[in-house]
Amino acid sequence: MEQGTPLQKLLHTFAALADLGQEIADTSDFQEKMRAALHLLQGSLGLMRGALAEFDDEKGTLSFVAARGMGTQTSADLPLSAEEVSGLLARGISCLSKEDENSAAFDFFRTHQELLDALRVELVVPLVVRDNLVGMILLGPKATGEEFSAEDREVICAMARHIGVGIQEHRSFEELKRRAEENRQLYEEMRVIYRDTVRAFAAAIDCKDKYTQGHSERVGKYSEVIAREMGWSDEEIEGIAVAGYLHDIGKLVVERDIINAPYRIDAKQSSELNRHPSVGYEILSPISHPYADIPLTARYHHERIDGRGYPEGLTGEQIPLGAKIVSLADSFDAMTTDRPYKKRRGLEEVVEDFRRNTGKQFAPEVVASFCRALLKEVLGETTNRRIIKLLGKDYVQSERIAPLLRALIDDLESGVFSATAGNA
Amino acid sequence: MADLATGSTVHSRSVGDLAVVYAGDYLNKLSGERIERECRRKLEAGCRALIINFRETELVNSIGISILLGVIDAAENTGARLIFSDVNTQTVQLFEMLGLTRHVALAADEQEALATLTEFASTPKAAGH
Repeated sequence: MEQGTPLQKLLHTFAALADLGQEIADTSDFQEKMRAALHLLQGSLGLMRGALAEFDDEKGTLSFVAARGMGTQTSADLPLSAEEVSGLLARGISCLSKEDENSAAFDFFRTHQELLDALRVELVVPLVVRDNLVGMILLGPKATGEEFSAEDREVICAMARHIGVGIQEHRSFEELKRRAEENRQLYEEMRVIYRDTVRAFAAAIDCKDKYTQGHSERVGKYSEVIAREMGWSDEEIEGIAVAGYLHDIGKLVVERDIINAPYRIDAKQSSELNRHPSVGYEILSPISHPYADIPLTARYHHERIDGRGYPEGLTGEQIPLGAKIVSLADSFDAMTTDRPYKKRRGLEEVVEDFRRNTGKQFAPEVVASFCRALLKEVLGETTNRRIIKLLGKDYVQSERIAPLLRALIDDLESGVFSATAGNA
Repeated sequence: MADLATGSTVHSRSVGDLAVVYAGDYLNKLSGERIERECRRKLEAGCRALIINFRETELVNSIGISILLGVIDAAENTGARLIFSDVNTQTVQLFEMLGLTRHVALAADEQEALATLTEFASTPKAAGH
């Protein structure tokens, strides 16, 4: 039978080159990419055995990433000396054989003679990309038994360039992944530091007021519960919790006597105290928070839906949702904890206050969410009873509070309440 | 008695200690490695002669050649006989050009290959093989 024509050989090689380019570009799995590359290289010239190794700069070793017909010899790494690396770099992508008079090839084959003989390697091709050694191809004899021709060597070098780029891309991608992971870890550490700092600030704020210790932390937790019930994302929930922790940070500049006054404060003192949302905003604004709207939440947590709040008398939609949430959480905690001039109210009374003030002081959708979350806890529909835990079990009379909550939720959902912005 | 196996889409059948593996159209991609694995499995199971039938193979590319070289290597290492059957003219030329025919015999069809191999397989192995 007639042997293949030069044209057929050319077409076969050309197809292998085209397939190799496609494999390098399309295949995402590196091991698979290298396996396919080795197949294409061996199959293009009919080589009985071959291996592909990636060079590790730090270890100074070649690690085999694909091998065919070389038994278990390629399981161990191949160390390269600095001189060998320099010599191979100087040669660039080229076919080196033990008959090569060039010193780099001579040194390499002499140093690794035992392994290369065992693998029956006839040619090695250093993979050099942008003056870096990224790997090496090791090739066994041709199935025809012929020597490698100059054309064969050209084909091998052309394919080696593709493979070198594939390894370089993989290295760049791995480096990128490593850095991204490092950044993610750093970011996570910073978030922990940030959260710890926020907690420390909250403790500092609450220390100033001996009657309201733990207030900021509780407001943060209630806000979190409301936001979760409203379907916020985990990151947004984390953000609103921080906003709750820091909502009273402006109190740090208010006189301790005013904060701790065991009586109703006068107008002047009240005016001084009412500065704390704006001062809080000024304190928080220069900080790059990982969450949105934390300074604005501090600024507007005493605004009311009906426009009778402070510092700006905003109404309805002008008030950020976060501020509406923290506002309700703040008021709830104020009503359910003992104050210098007032004992805490019963929970039924608090729900009644919600009913009276929804659409005036509080946003209906926020009240509804809070009531739904509380009702779930009261009815035992959730194991995470965060509100009840903060209030104390004895304080919550389930059989009395559940109907009140259910009725308020029904009224809120049927639209009985609407914001009375601007009608005050 | 012959049995027919189609495990993981590679069709093969055993005839005594001979085996026929059908190359189908799987050879030209990485998944074609399963043909090589099937051949190696047969050889490891004691198969002394192997036929690869190319009846449904129109074209063999470089990946296919490499996979077949792997099979040739495995057969040589175990001393098993290997025959390619039903190979079309264009593929025969490619096999000759790349040196595969130095290592493997060709048969016009599976019957011819079986006849050749049955004779080989019934011959006791020489000492030292």
